[in-house]
Amino acid sequence: MADLLGIAVRLAVIVAAFLLLPLIVGQMEHKAMAHMQSRLGPMYAGGFHGWAQLIADGVKFAQKEDVIPAAADRRVFAIAPAVALVPYLVVMVVIPVGPGLVGVDLDAGLFFALAVMSIGVLGVIMAGWASANKYSVLGGIRAAAQLMSYELPLVLAASSVAMAAGTLSLQGIVEQWRWWWLPWQAIGAVVFFVAGLAELRRPPFDMPIAESEIIMGPMTEYTGLRFALFMLAEYAGIVVLSALTTVLFLGGWHGPLLPGPVWTLVKVFALVFVVIWLRVSYPRLREDQLQKLAWIGLVPLALLQLALTGATKVLMT
Amino acid sequence: MGEYFGSYAVVAVLLLIGVAIFAGGLLANRALRPHRPTPEKLLTYECGIDPVGEGWAQSQIRYYVFTYLYVVFAVDAVFLFPWATIFAAPGYGMATLVEMFVFLGFIALGILYAWRKRVLTWT
Repeated sequence: MADLLGIAVRLAVIVAAFLLLPLIVGQMEHKAMAHMQSRLGPMYAGGFHGWAQLIADGVKFAQKEDVIPAAADRRVFAIAPAVALVPYLVVMVVIPVGPGLVGVDLDAGLFFALAVMSIGVLGVIMAGWASANKYSVLGGIRAAAQLMSYELPLVLAASSVAMAAGTLSLQGIVEQWRWWWLPWQAIGAVVFFVAGLAELRRPPFDMPIAESEIIMGPMTEYTGLRFALFMLAEYAGIVVLSALTTVLFLGGWHGPLLPGPVWTLVKVFALVFVVIWLRVSYPRLREDQLQKLAWIGLVPLALLQLALTGATKVLMT
Repeated sequence: MGEYFGSYAVVAVLLLIGVAIFAGGLLANRALRPHRPTPEKLLTYECGIDPVGEGWAQSQIRYYVFTYLYVVFAVDAVFLFPWATIFAAPGYGMATLVEMFVFLGFIALGILYAWRKRVLTWT
């Protein structure tokens, strides 16, 4: 009984984090981006520096008419936002924030996280195809190509950490982590983070949604709550990617003075800030540059990291 | 064994919660939103002019090469995970390391081949 209660509390915390953290990230993006561009950003909603802007947006989205184009494949069109959003909630169950503070510690946690994370991209492909709109189809295909190119460096970089720790459990990986992993796994960390950004289709990897040429791609035909759910999925994705990078490469809850969960949150939000910063700093990559970066840049780097990890580990023992 | 599947039961419950959030949100949305469809509103929006032809139009897809590359490498990469957890265990050592370099060599050779065949260049 106490067990069940414990699990219920964990699930409740995960759901709360899933609904709350993306909003904080969104507001942070509004404000950080605005100040980097010498603007103020939202200032009105809620009074103090526009803190309630995203709540106001949510209220607006909930009241908007739900338009499904006559030409669209209705059923696929309707469930695509769920396919994009729910995987990020499910991934959060294996991400540890402190020693023992994890939804459930799966043996194959890393494998599970990577597998479930890439399901989210399917939602975007479904949306692009079901919209029956030329731009959306193009965007969906671009998203598919991007998923395929960046999945490999992502998986290779993550398996380098699994090799270093000798376990796939995320909890176990953080327990094994030592400070000298930072320089040792540095290449892998960069590859993982960049490939993850590309999987989330965040700028500068936002060819699939490029609003100035294919008018938001897969999301062109979406309005109201379904569109809002796609946005929520994007920000939940940022949270999940930052959390996974923290857990795998930055040592999760390890850190001096402050308690473990605080360190995890600090690291996650530092990475979130980097995500926002990259959006403001870099122009969008062209589609062929994007593919080239994956195959000629990231994959060889990830292979190099694998060789380095393997050689160091065997020579040490 | 029961505990093993028990941990996945928690995952399944969370999945159900996720679906419930989506369904609940849309149900609430249905109660709040107007519904006044007109033929113009339901028309596909492409660039402001009425769309020509249907949305699933033929276009040149250059990405199929990447699909091939992906299938080859991703299947290889999946085998890395079980290997990664035990390769440094006592009794393995050097032999598994050499095997890894053979594996990396194969992948690198594949990419080198694709690059030399110029499938990664478009123009």
